[in-house]
Amino acid sequence: MGLKTFIQGWPVYRQLTGTDPLGRGAAAQSARSAALTARTETADGMARSVCPYCAVGCGQRVFHSDGKVTQIEGDPDSPISRGRLCPKGSASKSLVTSPLRQTKVRYRRPYATEWEDLDLDVALDMIADRILAARAETWEDVDDEGRPLNRTLGISSLGGATLDNEENYLIKKLFTAMGALQIENQARI
Amino acid sequence: MAEAHPVGFQWVMEAKKRGAKVFHVDPRFTRTSALADTYLPIRAGTDIALLGGVVRYILDNELDFREYVLAYTNAANIVSERFADTEDLDGLFSGYNPDTGSYDHASWQYEGQEDNAKVRGTGKERDSASGLEHESHGEPVPAQAPRDETLQHPRCVYQILKRHFSRYTPEMVARVCGIPEEKFLELARAWTENSGRERTGALVYSVGWTQHSVGVQYIRTGSIIQTLLGNMGRPGGGILALRGHASIQGSTDIPTLFNLLPGYLPMPHHADHPTFDRWVDSIRHPGQKGFWGNSRAFAASLLKAYWGDAATPENDFCYGYMPRMTGDHGTYQQVLNMIDGKVKGYFLLGQNPAVGSAHGRAQRLGMANLDWLVVRDLFMIESATFWKNGPEVATGEIVPEECRTEVFFLPAASHVEKEGTFTQTQRLLQWREKAVDPPGDARSELWFFYHLGRVLREKLAGSTERRDRALLDLAWDYPTHGPHAEPSAEAVLKEINGYEVATGRPLNAFGEARDDGSTAIGCWIYSGVYADGVNQAARRRSRHEQDWVAAEWGWAWPANRRTLYNRASADPEGRPWSERKKYVWWDPDAGEWTGYDVPDFEKTKPPSYRPPEGASGPAALAGDDPFVMQGDGKAWLYAPSGVLDGPLPTHYEPAESPMRNPLYGQQANPTRKIYEHPINRMNPSPPEPHSQVFPYVFTVSRLTEHHTAGGMSRTVPRLAELQPEMFVEVSPELAGEVGLAHLGWAHLISGRAVIEARVLVTDRLTPLRVDGRIIHQVWLPYHFGTEGLVTGDSANDLFGITLDPNVLIQESKVGTCDIRPGRRPTGPPLLDLVGDYQRRAGMTPDRKIPLVTTDAAGGDDAAGSTDEQSPAAHQDGEPHA
Ligand code: SF4
Repeated sequence: MGLKTFIQGWPVYRQLTGTDPLGRGAAAQSARSAALTARTETADGMARSVCPYCAVGCGQRVFHSDGKVTQIEGDPDSPISRGRLCPKGSASKSLVTSPLRQTKVRYRRPYATEWEDLDLDVALDMIADRILAARAETWEDVDDEGRPLNRTLGISSLGGATLDNEENYLIKKLFTAMGALQIENQARI
Repeated sequence: MAEAHPVGFQWVMEAKKRGAKVFHVDPRFTRTSALADTYLPIRAGTDIALLGGVVRYILDNELDFREYVLAYTNAANIVSERFADTEDLDGLFSGYNPDTGSYDHASWQYEGQEDNAKVRGTGKERDSASGLEHESHGEPVPAQAPRDETLQHPRCVYQILKRHFSRYTPEMVARVCGIPEEKFLELARAWTENSGRERTGALVYSVGWTQHSVGVQYIRTGSIIQTLLGNMGRPGGGILALRGHASIQGSTDIPTLFNLLPGYLPMPHHADHPTFDRWVDSIRHPGQKGFWGNSRAFAASLLKAYWGDAATPENDFCYGYMPRMTGDHGTYQQVLNMIDGKVKGYFLLGQNPAVGSAHGRAQRLGMANLDWLVVRDLFMIESATFWKNGPEVATGEIVPEECRTEVFFLPAASHVEKEGTFTQTQRLLQWREKAVDPPGDARSELWFFYHLGRVLREKLAGSTERRDRALLDLAWDYPTHGPHAEPSAEAVLKEINGYEVATGRPLNAFGEARDDGSTAIGCWIYSGVYADGVNQAARRRSRHEQDWVAAEWGWAWPANRRTLYNRASADPEGRPWSERKKYVWWDPDAGEWTGYDVPDFEKTKPPSYRPPEGASGPAALAGDDPFVMQGDGKAWLYAPSGVLDGPLPTHYEPAESPMRNPLYGQQANPTRKIYEHPINRMNPSPPEPHSQVFPYVFTVSRLTEHHTAGGMSRTVPRLAELQPEMFVEVSPELAGEVGLAHLGWAHLISGRAVIEARVLVTDRLTPLRVDGRIIHQVWLPYHFGTEGLVTGDSANDLFGITLDPNVLIQESKVGTCDIRPGRRPTGPPLLDLVGDYQRRAGMTPDRKIPLVTTDAAGGDDAAGSTDEQSPAAHQDGEPHA
């Protein structure tokens, strides 16, 4: 190590001569932290996203490598949030990578005391059968004066405020076509 | 706001730095109070009395922005002589029908227009939450109303307002709300001083205002103040709703709600809308002023988007396929129907009613009585496991071996595992890019519903049943990609935006909508989000590279407009009210409106424009009518129709209150929606006997570290660790009175449930001196349940079900309870304890809740008659003791 490098290694020298007179940034950096690279720098990619919690709509940058989310940060470009996230938004990475997340379909038979496994395709098929049965059983064609009703009150649905507009659109469209009127979401709670 | 919308609150702090005064009104001292200039503690459920006091202060001191009020509001309109006010009828308005619990609006109309009232009885409107349609437009009124520009006519809106609020004096505010007079006056002074030509004031609220049996009228009172002060349509002004879920605005615009279709078109009603023409005319009101005149094109284009090639002008675009409402099909009615065995299947899509909805026990017992339940969520939530470990399993009310509900739990994709748009609280759509694939069986709702529709249609192929035509004819071809055949969210967004059917060209604005089947539009108010074939919601021009309006970040409906009604930011001649508050103005040289935002006005209509005789639709709006979605282009201080519980807001006590209404004999909202079901017993309030059995007021809200029913926060280690336990905040005085120890246990009892919580004794809660007595309030977070990393009893279990009549929102920000030291009983003794309280409070199954508590409703009004009647006959000016 030359003398120059040695002197430049002193934080106080860097503080006095560099761009960090308060000694809270680059001047105070140790060799170890200088050698570290941020996950955000080595990420395979970054997706521009939005916080999934409240409706402030803070911008997020989602960094990912090898198909896994490695970091979620506030988006400094956002005119709404200016890079900030609250405790919930900051916990988004823990949310999406949580080991508690369910990744398998679970099925509870009537009167059962435990869950069982079920294939996703089978579940989809069973649900479709149950919809058709519920419609057939509870379909109302016309009211007592013969005016059209075209509906079933045997099916209900709740939820939508955490979902995308495109999803709400398909949900409403499909349920309306199947005559299921009783669609509600968090806007009414 | 600092607690529940922390990053939004940075802008309040920016304003404070520049000299704004911040007031915080809340039953509990919070982080927001700590950062405000002044904190006003308030008795939960009395905000109309406080705001009414501000209205009176403005009018008594003539502090309204008179030029604005005269030009842009209905202050000068003269109201029918048949109208009788709450001043005359002891808390009721004219037209009340005690048999239906609703109003006939004929006597509320402007002079000479009594017979134009669209609705006579309004019970039907209440059941279908029709107030929600007004999110995008006002109720129709005939354009020409008699006016008195001097505001002296005794029946002009200005004078009616003055009389109506004359009782809301500073003393009365103190008596009702528990806010000391000097604090109230400080607020009223600051608010009025900060409004006018040079300055504007903003009003920010959240569900602390909406979740009441008079929720809509809370907001109405706020808008009356903001309109009188000239704070609407101007920069730094407005009434800002802070909403609590990432896309709750979007799920109202593109509604997963029973009574609405995309863009606030009403769901058809079996009696009112038997045909396409009747349905369209009920929206459009032929001959009406304003932009709603084009609604035939919006309606036809929606049906065209739904049924594609099958929808033609000849078959009314398949209108015959639409399901019809017959009454109240809202979520609370559904739950009671589940308990009664009328519902077979239930989908839960990222919502957890076992914890998040009022009356958790009713929610869980309803779910335990279904044929099948589909839960789609990221985590295992209480609404999926009620049969295994819900509170009713402990009490023996649900026995797993006897519970018949078949449950499918399907894991959902998270926000980074799919692409699409959220609409945030200011109507701004922001597109999210996908970062990674969802794990295992997790899928987006887009995937689930697209493929569910595909499978249903495959199963029905060849069906000759009439009821299956709507599914088989549905336009359901979306391009898919990837190993799981994920449908394209962008293709769906294009359909929402709308396109020309012949060419597929995306529309640039809803003005291009046609009623002949040549355009298809999924949600007309979102037209323009795909203008020029570009996903405008994906725009991310940095805030450093554009002005403060930031028009190139995302896309706001309608037409990328950031502030609604911004024509009002200029004076009637089109000049900015002041240099300081310049926003949108008329450029006479260019002959067009211009400014920082997209003008909310026809671009080339000059301020001097006057509509020709007989004009209708947009052409009937004058060049100085800024409120273009209102039938008369004006802001309404007085609402002759459209608000079901009164043309003006009135203070009513919450459905459950320990107090008699100090203002009127009428105790609570006489039009509130009540459900007399054996499971839904409401605690008695005066003048009913036994209200002292539940002597304390409780209110609930959010913690910064948790989110709603906890499904996305009690499951996340960092957040769970920050707020690990259910607790109740009580004042030192109440702790002393009841014998509660800090960090010890307490249990709270209502007529529905008993829950327990750790005690936090804190002076964040203050006993309030109200009407000569002390009222104690307690506060609870509502995030806890039986699943997740941290668990606890659910505060929402304490609430019963009572709804606002306009939009069917439940009263879940205020109720009454008892609180006792120690833990609650477990098992069957818990039910005995609730039963004991019900007995002591006289809550027998046959008890009828008295909707009307004044006899002023007698006489002609009682039958909802619109005949001449004399208000003087009902005069009862004295506030009820
Ligand atoms: S970071 Fe916090 S304030 Fe911002 S959207 Fe998320 S939850 Fe809301």
